[in-house]
Amino acid sequence: MLYTLRRVLYTVPIALSVTVICFLLVHIAPGDPLQMMLPDNATPEAVAELKAKYGLDKPLPVQYLVWLGHVAHGDLGASISTGRSVADELSAAIGNTAIIATGGAMLGFLMGIGLGLVAGLRADTFVDRIATTVAIAAISVPHYWLAIVMTIIFAVELNWLPAIGIGPGGVSLSWEDLSHIVLPVLTLSLIPMGIIARTVRGKVVELMAMEFIQTLRAKGLRPVGILRHVVKNAAPSVMAVMGLQLGYLFGGSILVETVFNWPGVGFLMSNAILRRDMPMLQGAILMLALLFVVLNLIVDLLQTTIDPRIQRRG
Amino acid sequence: MIFTGRLISKLLPGLVLAILTLAMALATPHPAAAESVLRVAMTAGDIPITIGQADQGYEGFRFVSLSLYDCLVEWDLSSADKPSGIVPGLATSWEVDPEDKSRWIFHLRKGVKWHDGTEFNADDVVWNFERLWNKDAPQYNAQQHSDAASRFVDFKSVEKIDDYTVAINTTDGASLVPYNLGYIAMVSRTQYLKLNGGWPAYAKAPIGTGPYRFDKVVPGERMELVKNSDYWNKDRIPKHDRLVLYPMPEATTRASALLSGQINWIEAPPPDMVPKLKSAGFNVVTNAYPHMWAYELSFRDGSPWRDIRVRKAANLAIDRAGLKELLGGMMIESYGVVPKDNPWYGKPSFAIKYDPEAAKALMKEAGYGPGHPAKVTIAISPSGSGQMQPLPMNEFVQQNLATVGFEVNFAVKDWNTLIGAMRKGANDPSAVAENIEGINFSRTTQDPYSAICRFSMTSQITPKGSNWGGFSDPAIDKVCDQAMAEFDLAKQTELFAKAHAMMVDEAMMVWIAHDVNPRALSPKLKGFVQAKNWFQDLTPVVVEP
Repeated sequence: MLYTLRRVLYTVPIALSVTVICFLLVHIAPGDPLQMMLPDNATPEAVAELKAKYGLDKPLPVQYLVWLGHVAHGDLGASISTGRSVADELSAAIGNTAIIATGGAMLGFLMGIGLGLVAGLRADTFVDRIATTVAIAAISVPHYWLAIVMTIIFAVELNWLPAIGIGPGGVSLSWEDLSHIVLPVLTLSLIPMGIIARTVRGKVVELMAMEFIQTLRAKGLRPVGILRHVVKNAAPSVMAVMGLQLGYLFGGSILVETVFNWPGVGFLMSNAILRRDMPMLQGAILMLALLFVVLNLIVDLLQTTIDPRIQRRG
Repeated sequence: MIFTGRLISKLLPGLVLAILTLAMALATPHPAAAESVLRVAMTAGDIPITIGQADQGYEGFRFVSLSLYDCLVEWDLSSADKPSGIVPGLATSWEVDPEDKSRWIFHLRKGVKWHDGTEFNADDVVWNFERLWNKDAPQYNAQQHSDAASRFVDFKSVEKIDDYTVAINTTDGASLVPYNLGYIAMVSRTQYLKLNGGWPAYAKAPIGTGPYRFDKVVPGERMELVKNSDYWNKDRIPKHDRLVLYPMPEATTRASALLSGQINWIEAPPPDMVPKLKSAGFNVVTNAYPHMWAYELSFRDGSPWRDIRVRKAANLAIDRAGLKELLGGMMIESYGVVPKDNPWYGKPSFAIKYDPEAAKALMKEAGYGPGHPAKVTIAISPSGSGQMQPLPMNEFVQQNLATVGFEVNFAVKDWNTLIGAMRKGANDPSAVAENIEGINFSRTTQDPYSAICRFSMTSQITPKGSNWGGFSDPAIDKVCDQAMAEFDLAKQTELFAKAHAMMVDEAMMVWIAHDVNPRALSPKLKGFVQAKNWFQDLTPVVVEP
């Protein structure tokens, strides 16, 4: 309990540090959010007036503290580019990303665990080599390229699946909505699949060589029983990797979401970066940082539940 | 153990196969929609704002402002053959006050209804100008002001004369006021007051007088508009039921969406996919429009461009036909700010053409040659609105210039940063520090002020106007002043043409290309006329089932 509380409290300084770093990075980059809002012959007076309106004329620390003050009151502010509420835009985008991130993670983890087990249990055989090759290929292939190729095959040539966007009903069991998520989910599942497969394989090979497995074998335990022991022992480290992967997926893939025109966090953030839309960027990064921290916390707690030997001390 | 491994390796492909089979079994064709829907993929990265002066450049104004709203004066977008002029919009006629050339009288159209059924009148017009210019008005919006003030530089005040007449006062005798008003959208005063939630609330439920009514926005994804069957201009009631606008910044994605049938209209297809789109039966439409892709030059001390021979040599060094070939024909060769068939082109004596030998001779005369090139740094961007295909195009130009004695370096900046560099001008310390002596920044040349005066007048030197390089020629200033104060259209055109010819004779820029604004349309779309304009009329488009 104390451990949980401590971990929850840690999220505050972590989130704060993230916001400071993000704030500085956004401001170090040349350009500002007003450039793309105004016509090319905007007068200097108009630019100055808008700068003052958005507080961009104030020193950086002041700008940061003003923003932080609003966040402390639960107000993420409004996008400088569009005037729309950051919270509204962000919640819609996170919801959309969650759809494909969850799908991608589930598919990726399932396939990764399967591949990893096959490779680990039959280490150094032909099957292992094939499984490992698939895993490495999944990590290495450029995803935007694969996304474009899959779009051309399944959407343009075969016309089985839609090329872009989210279904009219968002997420539902109707094929019209489901069909929209197939290609993004497949694309997103590849990296977690590859990484999980390699982690699982490594862990399984390591465990299979351990003495307690030898003992179990010697006692005549059936393969399924041995597998249960292997899985239980491999679970904590695999789960740690899964937590990180899930965090990455929830962060939204700028490339995948751009290719599929998926209105998620990646799409939103790439636009915010190009337009230097600071409130939007800062809001998004803060939310994602919190999400990452929470996911890691959940993974840590699950690990201790599964394997009580993991002692956590301050 | 081996048994378990086999079991899993057998199960896994089965599972994958089962998922795929299920997916294919469910793959039924999409049900045919009862209403006709025009689905447009824009190049914008987000849905343009809906409170009048849309953001995202002219694309936002084209698709959102001019769909929801009307202006007092509108562009005639009905012809693909002639440059589009202005026509009555919410104002039926206008004249300058014979006693006071800085005062314009606009007679408003009677019987125009807002989308909520209320009547449009002079109070709405006054309220709108106050929202854009009167800092003390409760409806004033600084962002909207910045946009409007850039479109209508000379605005001073507005007053109601009667319910259907307003007077607009300008800072001095400004003959271009009707053009300026083609950029000022009229939004609903009643709706703003009714919602009582300021502009964020209005943005979610905008009301205009335009040919489309607002239906909904799905954040980050799409905006849906429906036909306004009661539109005052019966010729422009949309011939489709619904217009859906998608922000889709990635060109390949737009093309895939069109090819797969999800979208039936895309802006700016990627040039290398144009042959495929055409062979698949899609209509790739292009037309000249008021766009300029040039190098604007620095005239600050020490710049090689201060020598007119160097400027002329650069203009003679560009193989525009070759560049056109590189772009698959998707450009018009540029010999000035506006194309040669534009009435403002005039009759310059300097004949711009591809003549590298003449260019070399001029460079030699100016003291440059092999081993002693004119070194210039040009600020460019790898992408951006209206920038066409900036990297291959700039490399092509770089090689052209190298053959006659230039050494061109590029300061590559992302689009946002390049806009900043454009606003600061060649004399800004940042440009001096980077040695930037030219900028490749696509420009609109829609009206004569935008095309001519803002680039060439001394009073328009950046940061005040768009004269980036600090060009100054009192003779051109004088002609521009005369043109802007001339109220006779024929004489005004003559004066602008004279000013433009002088600009060409001064070779004040290196003119390279005009874009042709390609868009690709599904063969099911009929009736679209691509006007020679940044704005387009979507209303005549019929969407066949």
